[in-house]
Amino acid sequence: MLEIDSICKTFHPGTVNEKRALVDLSLHLADGDFATIVGSNGAGKSTLFNAIAGSFLTDSGTIILDGQDITFLPEHKRSRVIGRLFQDPLMGTAPHMTIEENLSIAYLRASDPQKKSLGRRIAQSFTTISKKDEELFREKLSLLDMGLEDRMSTQVGLLSGGQRQALTLLMATIVTPKLLLLDEHTAALDPATAAKVLELTKKIVEEKHITCLMVTHNMTQALEMGNRTLMMDSGRIVLDVSGVERSQMTVQDLLEKFAQRAGEKLDNDRILLSSEKQGAGA
Amino acid sequence: MGFFTVGIVQTALEVGLIYSLIALSLFVSFSILDICDLSTDGCYTLGCAVGAVMTVSGHPIAGIFAAMLAGVCSGFVTAILQTVFGVPSILAGIIVNTGLYTINLAVMGFSSNVSIFGTDTVFSLWSGLSDSSVWSSWSDFFLLLLIVAVVVILLNFFLKTRLGLSIRATGDSRPMVRASSINPNLMVIIGLCLSNALTGLAGSLIAQYNKMSDINLGTGMVTIALASLIIGETLFGRGRMLVRIAGVVAGAVLYRFIMAIALRLNVPTEAFKLVSALIVAVAIAAPEARRLIVFESRKIRTRKERMAKARQSREKEGMR
Repeated sequence: MLEIDSICKTFHPGTVNEKRALVDLSLHLADGDFATIVGSNGAGKSTLFNAIAGSFLTDSGTIILDGQDITFLPEHKRSRVIGRLFQDPLMGTAPHMTIEENLSIAYLRASDPQKKSLGRRIAQSFTTISKKDEELFREKLSLLDMGLEDRMSTQVGLLSGGQRQALTLLMATIVTPKLLLLDEHTAALDPATAAKVLELTKKIVEEKHITCLMVTHNMTQALEMGNRTLMMDSGRIVLDVSGVERSQMTVQDLLEKFAQRAGEKLDNDRILLSSEKQGAGA
Repeated sequence: MGFFTVGIVQTALEVGLIYSLIALSLFVSFSILDICDLSTDGCYTLGCAVGAVMTVSGHPIAGIFAAMLAGVCSGFVTAILQTVFGVPSILAGIIVNTGLYTINLAVMGFSSNVSIFGTDTVFSLWSGLSDSSVWSSWSDFFLLLLIVAVVVILLNFFLKTRLGLSIRATGDSRPMVRASSINPNLMVIIGLCLSNALTGLAGSLIAQYNKMSDINLGTGMVTIALASLIIGETLFGRGRMLVRIAGVVAGAVLYRFIMAIALRLNVPTEAFKLVSALIVAVAIAAPEARRLIVFESRKIRTRKERMAKARQSREKEGMR
């Protein structure tokens, strides 16, 4: 489904702030794969998501989604087939618009621009939300089990973070995407709400058979959710487990591998610092 | 009426209705799209110049549509500068505003003003529809009321369509718009074209209303429109879309009435810009000032109560 081949991204090249965020990274996801990604801060997880979603163009390499080369496609065109949730529940919704209006904008992705003439598309953009759409939204909202179906004309800004994130999840999947990117989407929620949103995620992804990438800092989640676990470090994928190897892996194993990676960096820092100290002393 | 004569009320209503179109233009760019479009002054004069020149050549009705089209072009340039070329929105407006000065002069045949006489305007055509005395004195008002009502209804409908919702979302949350496969740049372009079409419409109406166009007519217009908009939004808040839009129109008319009061109080014409600026400042500061007053008065009251209680307990101890 997703084929990423040796993509590179360097921020501020040629300056003192040069940061190699993605280094010759390749990743292949099969149809229906659900991979979790762990890694320390700055490992390149969000950069990888930004590259896939099209927030910036990569310096080299190709990204192919479902047979279509999307390497140079602008972000808003990729989002027709890529759904994305951020850690910040406020990012994915328009706060001053109602639940219904938010959903109807997300539902715009249902019409494929390539299948319609320009005239038809212009005519369609002057139509309002139909009763049929309203019914669909109500039905989908009731699946969230948060009572939102009775508050369709409430401004989204008045909802709680958990409700907003659940709504964003619904908006991202109301038109089934080919790929769903979840960037720590439950990290800002309280434990009970986080569990609920995670449960919803699992349910929707399984029902609709969506290929999915999920960043998490929760090692248990990383092993329990989905069918594959990746670990990133310094812009590379350093661990990729699935199948039997993954099912036999414990949180402790994963933590050890994590600490091992982090420890290497720590050692490097220590060496650097001590040598600096020596230099200053001399 | 006493304080106001009928003439003053009528002028305030009529000019207020024309200015309400500019306030609605800023409603689209400033409130809906969250973009500060400072090309309003020049665009208003552009509409005025185009409207006047077309009216002089005998096409008052076509003049209105031509002025709107001119506004669309102006808005398009402003929008392209800030979307495709990444010019900050305030700067883009100022650049277009500056350039428009020369264009406006060119439209008026490189003269600083154009007078309309001897040819029909939309107002004279409209007043010719009936002979009654009420009609002859109030026809201008009814025409403007009709135009503004149509604009309000169309704008209200437009903002509920899929395209209108997308434009509203662009001003509300760009990440959400990009995630919904909508090109935010395209929405900014459409929104600013619409907004400036309204400014052009207002310009062409004022030209035919005053029977003249002047190169400096638009100076300070953005402040006046902003004042009207903020008065409207402060008074009519964030209710339903139709209420908000109608509130902006009411704000513009109210603003003209405040200016009429200033006129009645013999404020010299030179001081009008200062009065406008004061109204804007007061209108924007009012909600915060009210909160501040409520907070301070509560603080003082609580302190007083606390002191009274302390005094009481002290007195009780003294009695023992």
